[in-house]
Amino acid sequence: MAGDRRRCGGGCSLWSLVLLLALAALLGCSAEGTGEPSRVTGETPAGPNSKSSRYQIVTVDWQHVEDPYTIASWVLVAGLAKIVFHLSEKVTTVVPESALLIVLGLILGGIVWAADHTASFTLTPTVFFFYLLPPIVLDAGYFMPNRHFFGNLGTILMYAVIGTIWNAATTGLSLYGVSKTKIMGNLDAGLLEFLLFGSLIAAVDPVAVLAVFEEVHVNEMLFIIVFGESLLNDAVTVVLYNVFKSFVEVGPENVEGLDYFKGIVSFFVVSLGGTAVGIIFAFILSLITRFTKHVRVIEPGFVFIISYLSYLTAEMLSLSAILAITFCGICCQKYVKANLCEQSITTVRYAMKMLASGAETIIFMFLGISAVNTEIWTWNTAFILLTLVFISFYRVIGVVLQTWILNHYRVVQLEIIDQVVMSYGGLRGAVAFALVVLLDPKMPVKKLFVSTTIIVVYFTVIIQGLTIKPLVNWLKVKRSQHKEPLLNEKLHGRAFDHILSAIEDISGQIGHNYLRDKWTNFDRKYLSKIMMRKSAQISRDKILSVFRELNLKDAISYVSEGERKGSLAFIRSSSDVNVDFTGPRHSVVDSSVSAVLRESTSEVCLDMQAIENRTKSPKDREEIVTHHMLQQHLYKPRKRYRLNYSRHKLVRSDGEKQDKEIFQRTMKKRLEHFKPTKLGNNYTTKFRNMKKERAAKKKHSDAVPNGKLSTHSVAFQVKDSEAEDPSDGGISFLITPASNESDEIRAGIENPSFSVEEDQSDFQMIPPWMSNEETVIPSQRARLQIPGSPTNFRRLTPLQLSSRSIDSFLLADIPDEHPLSFLPESSM
Amino acid sequence: PFAPLSTIQDKLSRLALFFSREDFQRIGELAVNPLGDRIINAFFPDDKQSLDFRSFIRILACFRPTVKDKYADPNAAEPINSRSNKLRFAFQLYDQDRDGIISRGELIQVLRMMLEAQVTEDQLESITDRTIQEADLDGDGAISFEEFRKSLENINLEHKMSIRFLQ
Repeated sequence: MAGDRRRCGGGCSLWSLVLLLALAALLGCSAEGTGEPSRVTGETPAGPNSKSSRYQIVTVDWQHVEDPYTIASWVLVAGLAKIVFHLSEKVTTVVPESALLIVLGLILGGIVWAADHTASFTLTPTVFFFYLLPPIVLDAGYFMPNRHFFGNLGTILMYAVIGTIWNAATTGLSLYGVSKTKIMGNLDAGLLEFLLFGSLIAAVDPVAVLAVFEEVHVNEMLFIIVFGESLLNDAVTVVLYNVFKSFVEVGPENVEGLDYFKGIVSFFVVSLGGTAVGIIFAFILSLITRFTKHVRVIEPGFVFIISYLSYLTAEMLSLSAILAITFCGICCQKYVKANLCEQSITTVRYAMKMLASGAETIIFMFLGISAVNTEIWTWNTAFILLTLVFISFYRVIGVVLQTWILNHYRVVQLEIIDQVVMSYGGLRGAVAFALVVLLDPKMPVKKLFVSTTIIVVYFTVIIQGLTIKPLVNWLKVKRSQHKEPLLNEKLHGRAFDHILSAIEDISGQIGHNYLRDKWTNFDRKYLSKIMMRKSAQISRDKILSVFRELNLKDAISYVSEGERKGSLAFIRSSSDVNVDFTGPRHSVVDSSVSAVLRESTSEVCLDMQAIENRTKSPKDREEIVTHHMLQQHLYKPRKRYRLNYSRHKLVRSDGEKQDKEIFQRTMKKRLEHFKPTKLGNNYTTKFRNMKKERAAKKKHSDAVPNGKLSTHSVAFQVKDSEAEDPSDGGISFLITPASNESDEIRAGIENPSFSVEEDQSDFQMIPPWMSNEETVIPSQRARLQIPGSPTNFRRLTPLQLSSRSIDSFLLADIPDEHPLSFLPESSM
Repeated sequence: PFAPLSTIQDKLSRLALFFSREDFQRIGELAVNPLGDRIINAFFPDDKQSLDFRSFIRILACFRPTVKDKYADPNAAEPINSRSNKLRFAFQLYDQDRDGIISRGELIQVLRMMLEAQVTEDQLESITDRTIQEADLDGDGAISFEEFRKSLENINLEHKMSIRFLQ
């Protein structure tokens, strides 16, 4: 059945492709051709009056709508192309989408050219730099996992700056050197021209990297490094490009020493200035979103507009615009997510993904189309071949050298396979192309450069994109071929992972990472107070937010369960917790699964399937089953590099289910450890009841959501248990309710015996996870389970089992909505 | 996590170098770590309620990366962060009753902690049995420290049980 569908999909896609091409051809021809008839109709008014005085019921006026129409149609074609590609799964797993798009662009360009013999719709640098690139970079910055980014910042900077300079210099110089030997024929270019070319072809391109790495599923750290490099090298590229360009224009004779110095200074100015611009705009954005409580509908707009303004401002000041918008996205993340309401956050996410994905599609398609342009082609085999060789070769050397240096300073080493992926994944893309087209047309070698750049881009995107996945698989499989992990190893290995992450957390608390702590303290004291809404500030406690998030998930799953049972028509897709061994797509999460299988900490992940395929046949059936079961059901260790970045998918992290289970289990166990202290048996029984209610109350909280009782501030001090009661292995706390809002409402919620107990006993038991200033919002299911809910929850008794139920009890009585601040490090 | 940070810093600054269980339990990440409670208990052996800095550091020290020292004096006491001690730490997490072997019951407990809730009792038991079968060399139905060590000889413990910054 699946085969049928695939065949049908193949057939369907073929038909759709044909349709698509026909549409595009029509568009192309009509765009050129209908210039004519409309001009004719346009001219009629100039003719004899008798004709024009007739009222035309319907007129076809193409020129009136020409520009927006063509733009919209091309965007439509790009979108249709994506649909067509994804119809056939087999193709998309092998060939990266970007390659397909380029090929499509080539075909379309060919059709248009064949029809009209004119080159139409090239990718102009203006369109590219002003409209197509910003969404992609903003998307990258906004979804950037800050912790990993800044954790690896040193590495990233080194690759971006040193690496790019190295690439540019070596490529330019080598080409220059070779040109001296006349292999490439007589090129009218000097050293400066070659250096210029080197600088624009050296930069790794963020668009291409993202597009290809999505297929490969490398581990997050590696991805961050390559991706961060591709973003940050913009500053270097901009400086080098501008410096050499002005040198070329001025002429090599006129270059003074001062100009070199100025070039170096301008690098710092450009990069730091761009970053500063981005940060300033992020600040403005966060500040603005703090006050948009009453205009929730247009909240998402602010994010896009202000980020775009940061890009344009940096561009205006000739600073690095990419850096500006990247850092704007990076810095504003936290505050925007805290300030905006839930729906706005979703809107922003989806809109950003849509824009970025759309822009990327258009870019690649136009890369294809723009190539079909006879005016720009100059073929010089030697030059092209040599360029390809040089950039690959020097990239490999650069990566190896830098990695060797960096490994002395890094906590997690970069292994050979990481280096291979890094060198091979250094793709060039549209940025290089746009830059080369921007060159001065008076430069004699420009055509050569343009053609070469096109070829290079095609090569890296198509060939390297196609082959990187098999290469990685081959390498990984080769390395782990002789290893077959034992059950014990898996199990204990996983246990070790948990232990290690626990110890890290503990020791992290005791304060290593000085800088990060300093920053978080500063942020907490000053920045958040300025830029986050009051309500968001209150709810920053991490455990609480985990709890809240879990409740949220609880509510959602409850609703979806209800829907399923009620056999409603639509399907709600729950998180894909089940590992599907046959699906390569699911291996986004596999980095931790395969972590157990590897004894080294190499970061490239491997699909489970490859291991399975090598299992020798005489293996016990049951053994395989057991292995599978362990694989599937072992809790994953806290993902140090939890990252679900994807251009085309918004993946919800499915560690929450696991977290929730463990959390509940842990808390249950801890509660069980509560033992009475001094007050003997009476207290025991009373306490047991109280404990049950407390446990229940933990679910439905001591505080009503926000409105009536915002801060149930419970200051509690730790009291070491007295020596008199050594049997008390549990936790004892002393609670002094500091809140003075103890009115009747509270009494209505609180267990009446609670206040009574306070006076009587010294020891109150409140679970340690309820720290100061928090509000806990119970999940719907939790409330359902409690029979005698306090009256304040009456608004919930008509239980609205809708997807918006979360918001309904959040909105509660308050005008101030309670935005959920998720884990600060969670990737959204 | 900032509440515990300030409390702990407070304590450190006041030279009141005592941690209690609550300090650890307040750490959010530990609550969602399947072995979290066991690890906390490892810091507080024998029902101790307070932990002084020295003992804390002693436990943490076992996670230092091992230094391969060819010229080490073979007669000197084994360093805290040796491979063997790391294994011992893990072993003690399993072996709650301190009898020196991981019995089937203890292993089931740990497995139960580490596996998702949807795993049934039967599956759990069969996994446990297979695991013991694999590791058990002397056939006593339980895993001694030696067997434990042997079954893990291929794992790169230095990587899995070391925190670099402690070096």
